[in-house]
Amino acid sequence: MSSLASEILQELESLKSEKTKIEQKISQLESQLKDINLPKQHASSASAASSNGSSSPYPTNGLEPHMIHRYSRHLVLPSFGVQGQANLLKSSILVVGAGGLGAPALLYFAASGVGKLGIVDHDKVELSNMHRQIIHTEAYIGQPKVKSAAAACRAVNSSVEVVEHEEALRTSNALEIFSKYDIIVDATDNAPTRYLISDCCVVLGKPLVSGAAVGLEGQLTIYNHNGGPCYRCLFPTPPPRSACQSCADNGVLGVVPGIIGCLQALEAIKIAAAVGEPLSGRMLLFDALSSRIRVVKIRGRSMHCEACGDNARFNKQYFREFDYEKFTQTPLRVPPLKLNLLPSESRISSMEYKEITLNKEPHVLVDVRPAHHFKIVSLPNSLNIPFSTLESRLPEISSILKKDEEEEKGAVSESSAQLYVVCRRGNDSQRAVQYLHKMGFTSAKDIVGGLESWAQNVDPNFPTY
Amino acid sequence: MQLTLEFGGGLELLCDSKKIHNVNVEFEQQNKEDKLTMKGLLSWVRTNLIKERPEMFMKGDTVRPGVLVLVNDCDWELSGQLSTTLEEKDVVVFISTLHGG
Ligand SMILES: [Zn+2]
Repeated sequence: MSSLASEILQELESLKSEKTKIEQKISQLESQLKDINLPKQHASSASAASSNGSSSPYPTNGLEPHMIHRYSRHLVLPSFGVQGQANLLKSSILVVGAGGLGAPALLYFAASGVGKLGIVDHDKVELSNMHRQIIHTEAYIGQPKVKSAAAACRAVNSSVEVVEHEEALRTSNALEIFSKYDIIVDATDNAPTRYLISDCCVVLGKPLVSGAAVGLEGQLTIYNHNGGPCYRCLFPTPPPRSACQSCADNGVLGVVPGIIGCLQALEAIKIAAAVGEPLSGRMLLFDALSSRIRVVKIRGRSMHCEACGDNARFNKQYFREFDYEKFTQTPLRVPPLKLNLLPSESRISSMEYKEITLNKEPHVLVDVRPAHHFKIVSLPNSLNIPFSTLESRLPEISSILKKDEEEEKGAVSESSAQLYVVCRRGNDSQRAVQYLHKMGFTSAKDIVGGLESWAQNVDPNFPTY
Repeated sequence: MQLTLEFGGGLELLCDSKKIHNVNVEFEQQNKEDKLTMKGLLSWVRTNLIKERPEMFMKGDTVRPGVLVLVNDCDWELSGQLSTTLEEKDVVVFISTLHGG
């Protein structure tokens, strides 16, 4: 690279970091200013009200003049109207998870005038969130999602009370947090948390608006409401962990959780405002690829349900002591699965592999990720054989190993070309090596931690996804 | 018997990534009145449609935990689960519950 280019790159880098700092400062000052202005505005309208003896000289059913203006389109809606809005203004909603589902839901809750809006999340905003978690902006990358989401909600509607719960949801804090709200919205991303939230809602008697989305599909229902089932009525036994897809591993089209999150907002607003027919005892299934929405009838509350049945064991004490990670065999804070299937002599680190390439040692590198992952980015000279096709492509590996051996003949006569296997995080590569050993490729080794480790320990410029 | 079978929530990956299958299910009738039950259909699906990882679809003689079964848009729990009887042109949906967001 020419020195001019590197100079420009350097200057760009420093300007960008300055820009981020300035943007952070601006948003800080703006929120500070809001805090100073708001109480004043409230105070002035309150004093005007007290001098009139009521909030307005005219009968307005308890709505303040600024509310009539802000929510006018709700108020003129015959099936919502003043009563619906008044109910909403008095209601409190807790959103667990400020991610793809929570992002649009939170914005609509704030905009529509929910009285008190709580947000629970322990994560930080990441670049790979931005395509779907539309409540966050680039300026907040690296900052807590709760802070970012709360600031966005306040920016939309400063008259809503926004409460930040910047912590992971646990059996030890869930009862206390949930008890402060009327309606709970499950916008989380893993099985144990979903059981935890549902059980807590049953114990406290709160309606639960539950949404989920992965890939190009979404699901939505309301649990524990109007005689409908709870999550455990529907799913008494947790699914095997291998059946739980995640957005990080399986991908998700950004707008899909957005749609489900909007529908969650709609259902929660209907409950809060006491209008319409809630989606209880029914489930909405959304298939984005074929543009189909199907609403199906699901079972009612089960008498035998462990959480809400007639002889249910769940109460506050039982809930506090329940081990959700053990029950679902899945950790609550979804750290990526880290398998350890192989003896250490069958594994090498990414740094060791770097040495091998530098020394030009004869070897074959097989990348066992799915083809559409391989297309995103790959290591040079790697051969893509997806794990699911490994069995049928063994002959290919044998012939390549042989060819490489022949080419190296004379130089290093005894040692044959070595076979290495890599994947995204180092789980499938171990499974593949285990299988290869069984099939006679006894010297196959996997690269510990996969491409993520390569990016972390060898080349920080290697793009991760 | 003509049936429409649909797979969703990731279960379609077990049957060639195809979501909708219009199938003709042949089953042995001991008596003329015998009807195809969900139990019979499940074993037919396992033999004829599931191409990989059958344990991701079934456990024992029923579906694995986390799979909802809908017969004509209605939870099979309401129609008798495995003993639900099927009629010509019924639509049966198998859907894996999602957890992501
Ligand atoms: Zn229940």
